[in-house]
Amino acid sequence: MRETANVSGSLRARLALTLIGGAAGISILMFVVVRSYAAQIAQQGQDRILEASVTSILDAAILRDGVVEVDFPYAAFAILGTEEDDRVFYAIHQDGALLSGYESLPVVPARVGAEVTHVSGEMRGASIRLASASRILVGADLRTQVTVSVAQTRDALQVTLNRISSNVAYYGVGFFLLSVLVASWATSTTIRPLERLTHSITRRGPKDLTPVAQPVPQEMGPLVSSLNNFMARLSTSLSQSEDFIAEAAHRVRTPLATVRSHAETTLQRVEREDNRQALRAMVRAIDESSRAAGQLLDHAMITFRTDHLEREALDLVAIVQDLVIRLTPIAEMKDIALTVVSDAEVNVAADSILLQNALRNLVDNALKYSPVESEIVITVSASPGPRVLVEDEGPGFPPDQINNLATRFLRGTNATGTIGSGLGLTIAQDVAQAHGGTLRLENRPEGGACVIFSL
Amino acid sequence: MRYFFSLMVCLLPAALWAQDWEEHTHFGPLTAERKLRVLSSTDTSFFAPIIEAFLRGKTGLSVDYFVIGTAQIDEIYRAHPNDYDVVISSAMDLQLKLVNDGYALQISNLDQPDWAQWRKSLFAFTSEPATVVVNRAAFPDGAVPQSRQELIQALRAQPELFRGRVGTYDVRESGLGYLFATQDARASETFWRLMEVMGGLGARLYCCSGDMIDDLESGELLVAYNVLGSYVAARLDVADHLEVVLPSDFPTTMMRTAFVTAQTFVEDDAVAFVRHLLAMQSQPRNRDVFPLPSLKPMSDASGHTVITLEPALMTYLDPLKRRTFIKEWSSAVIQ
Repeated sequence: MRETANVSGSLRARLALTLIGGAAGISILMFVVVRSYAAQIAQQGQDRILEASVTSILDAAILRDGVVEVDFPYAAFAILGTEEDDRVFYAIHQDGALLSGYESLPVVPARVGAEVTHVSGEMRGASIRLASASRILVGADLRTQVTVSVAQTRDALQVTLNRISSNVAYYGVGFFLLSVLVASWATSTTIRPLERLTHSITRRGPKDLTPVAQPVPQEMGPLVSSLNNFMARLSTSLSQSEDFIAEAAHRVRTPLATVRSHAETTLQRVEREDNRQALRAMVRAIDESSRAAGQLLDHAMITFRTDHLEREALDLVAIVQDLVIRLTPIAEMKDIALTVVSDAEVNVAADSILLQNALRNLVDNALKYSPVESEIVITVSASPGPRVLVEDEGPGFPPDQINNLATRFLRGTNATGTIGSGLGLTIAQDVAQAHGGTLRLENRPEGGACVIFSL
Repeated sequence: MRYFFSLMVCLLPAALWAQDWEEHTHFGPLTAERKLRVLSSTDTSFFAPIIEAFLRGKTGLSVDYFVIGTAQIDEIYRAHPNDYDVVISSAMDLQLKLVNDGYALQISNLDQPDWAQWRKSLFAFTSEPATVVVNRAAFPDGAVPQSRQELIQALRAQPELFRGRVGTYDVRESGLGYLFATQDARASETFWRLMEVMGGLGARLYCCSGDMIDDLESGELLVAYNVLGSYVAARLDVADHLEVVLPSDFPTTMMRTAFVTAQTFVEDDAVAFVRHLLAMQSQPRNRDVFPLPSLKPMSDASGHTVITLEPALMTYLDPLKRRTFIKEWSSAVIQ
């Protein structure tokens, strides 16, 4: 029954990977978005200050006697002080001609009256941010345009950005780790109903083919209803085969019994010796067929039952004693003494029909092979495990076959002349194994066989 | 004017070496394989012990120490940035602009408080206040003026005594004088009134603190405004009849700064020299080893403030601002 399924991939892994992968993607996206947003904000901050500087310089520009004077305040540059001591460049142009400041500062074509223009650029190998604005000065007979540009390197901005980046990176990693936790939680929550279903089905008894009644999530509904459907069909088919076995046993055994009784009757009436011989051979053959058919059906029944073990609480001693009572008449015919040695009570959880069948086969075997006027000792004990020992004084097992005798239809080389199908030990062994036990065959040192049936 | 000067030295490089240095001193063996060229505005007498201590235990290194005024340092260095390894000046604004313009090397592993350095390139190593130096004889009753306001009153009280005997920096010539004047002007209107009073008394204008002290010593000057106190303190011989007054209204304190040039050939030695300067100033006061005042925190309990190393120092270096300021100053002082 322990078949391994054809497994390909894992729902849990797929779900976890999807969730974690998604979380990683979102983390990275968050990092990029927040960082660029922060960069934008930081840039805006710098732009504001540059704008203030430009405006304060531009405001100070006046025309005096036709000459442009720009007596800008100390604060125009003081506000540009940064943590990283960023470099400051500026230029004041009058109608496109440099009035003062840095000649190499990039010139932004500024529109008069427009707002302050911001551009990024490069100055003396350093990356800079530049703000520029223009104003028209009107004198008595002069109209001139003054353009002020102030630029600043971006060291402090870079430091701020790096700090933000590393902070955002930490947040991203934290978010990701949190997502991994949530993902594993979500995965196990999602998978749990499936595991519960698996568990409940594995735990079922052999004959429990009732539909799954516990509620399952919507997505598992179709699976469970197919399963229920399948089990219903299986249950039907099982009860049919049980009926078939019972029917077959009945159909085969009853005619054989009729034939035997007819043969017996005929034997009484026939007087010619050769005819009587033939009839006796016939009766023996019928006995053998009847027994074989019985054992075959027993075996079929046992094979069916071992797959669907029905354990119940039993007293092994009671079963053995019951068996001995039923077999005593047969034993007495050969003057064989059946002795039971046992503890008061040996409790086992086992299938009673199987157990009775197995034990009857063992004692039957012992009876068959025991010589006349001998003793069969049946020992029932609870330790080390529940077990039954059947010892006889017969010829014992052929030593070279002792390990294979329980194989189906194999008979001992010294068994010629004894009626048997070769299924007795097989049935006993199957029953023992179905209960998780063993059947051990031994020869007693003082002669005779010993079979140890343990559960 | 500056551009003209630059052009001239470019055309006549030989003329540069015929430069009229205030002082030029060579320290260490003449045959040394490495030569550290220091361009400075500080008199050699102050730097000799510092350089000697630096060279002690070093082989194969010599120091060429050139001294010239702060304004000229800016001109000379801009014209020949390859010719010097370390630039030292008291004109913080000019120094800061040189660094801003990319002439300085960044030294990342120098441990210097933030207020005493800029861009890890420009390092301050002294704090020196601008002072008023007076001849005690001019104030016989011991009423030496303690602030600019008192000085104005004293000068106005005896114009015939002080006429032609007051002096200050010629801000058109001296970078440090210009720095002091602009910072004073930022701080208070009193500065302009003082300049007007001094101008009215026919103030004499000087290029350097040293010359002013000379004239104070000889008695030609009775009052000198914005003299470097450290220079007076170094002249023990004049201490008797001169008094150094730290104006109580608003003292202006500058920091002497140094930077290693970006084009230096002896980077390691130049960095070591700046490191040496910073180490020397932080040692316990010892005039024989470090004759300059050491660095003091930005502001102390008495409210002394130090000119901040910030880009705003470039404000008054703007030609338009400078033109306006000089015009105003000239109209006040030169009447």
